[in-house]
Amino acid sequence: MLTCKDFLNGLSDFLDEAVDPDTRKHLQQHVNECPNCWVVYDTTKRTIQVYKGMEAQTIPQDLHSRLMRALERKMASRGHQQA
Amino acid sequence: MDEVQPAKENAAVAFDEAPLLERARKGDDRAFAELVEKYERKIFRLARNITQNETDAEDVLQDAFLKAYEHLPEFQGQSKFYTWIVRIAVNEALMKLRKRKSDRTVSMDENIETGEDAPIVREIAVWDDDPEKRYSREEIREILDEAIAGLKPAFRTVFVLRDVEELSTEETAEALNLSIPAVKSRLLRARLQLREKLTRFFKRKGDDVFAYL
Repeated sequence: MLTCKDFLNGLSDFLDEAVDPDTRKHLQQHVNECPNCWVVYDTTKRTIQVYKGMEAQTIPQDLHSRLMRALERKMASRGHQQA
Repeated sequence: MDEVQPAKENAAVAFDEAPLLERARKGDDRAFAELVEKYERKIFRLARNITQNETDAEDVLQDAFLKAYEHLPEFQGQSKFYTWIVRIAVNEALMKLRKRKSDRTVSMDENIETGEDAPIVREIAVWDDDPEKRYSREEIREILDEAIAGLKPAFRTVFVLRDVEELSTEETAEALNLSIPAVKSRLLRARLQLREKLTRFFKRKGDDVFAYL
């Protein structure tokens, strides 16, 4: 029988599906039976999801322009096709 | 209780960069510029998340792409261009961080003092079914950014690579020059700490937070 501490130590791998079937079965059983660990599991999973769901914002136009100008200077010094 | 489902993996890099990369490697600068435009937003976010400083992040963005351009002929293409540029940007960002704060917390070494030996969960509370409805998109972004900013750099960097930029454990270990167990251990702590920070905003109204382990 897994303890809550065991469950917590295996939580990340469980969420990432990086556990073998046997370990997965034990972790699954624990989370089904332990309300506290279920909350930790559920809220950690949602923490990851909310970060993964956040799109990277467009960068400021002047920053983009500066980057492209610096790149063009570098490219010109190489003598390749201009961007 | 319902059968729990693992967190869904997002497709980090859905588009096929291979043809562009091939052209860029053959000296087509327009193709390289397209790769820059494709990834500049993600690289800037990564730089900002790690350095926690706008000016440093701007420098990192520029330096990373210029370095990538310079070293493109040496890029063998065993990994994706995206993974490679992330690795370059992480190195630049960590250098900035070390320059700005010369304290030990910035070290990415394996044996740094990470604060605790075992993962700790101090308190738990059920979240709202859809807590994000309580906040605007902008407010959510601020909540998430502030939570990341509150992590130690060693934890923050691993979390950002794994769960924001969606690199694999192996890619993260390679980018940070860490062992896989070290990446896993820091990721778990980072996730649990963020979970706790977000609980303050997303917990079901009226519910008490209760102590756990």
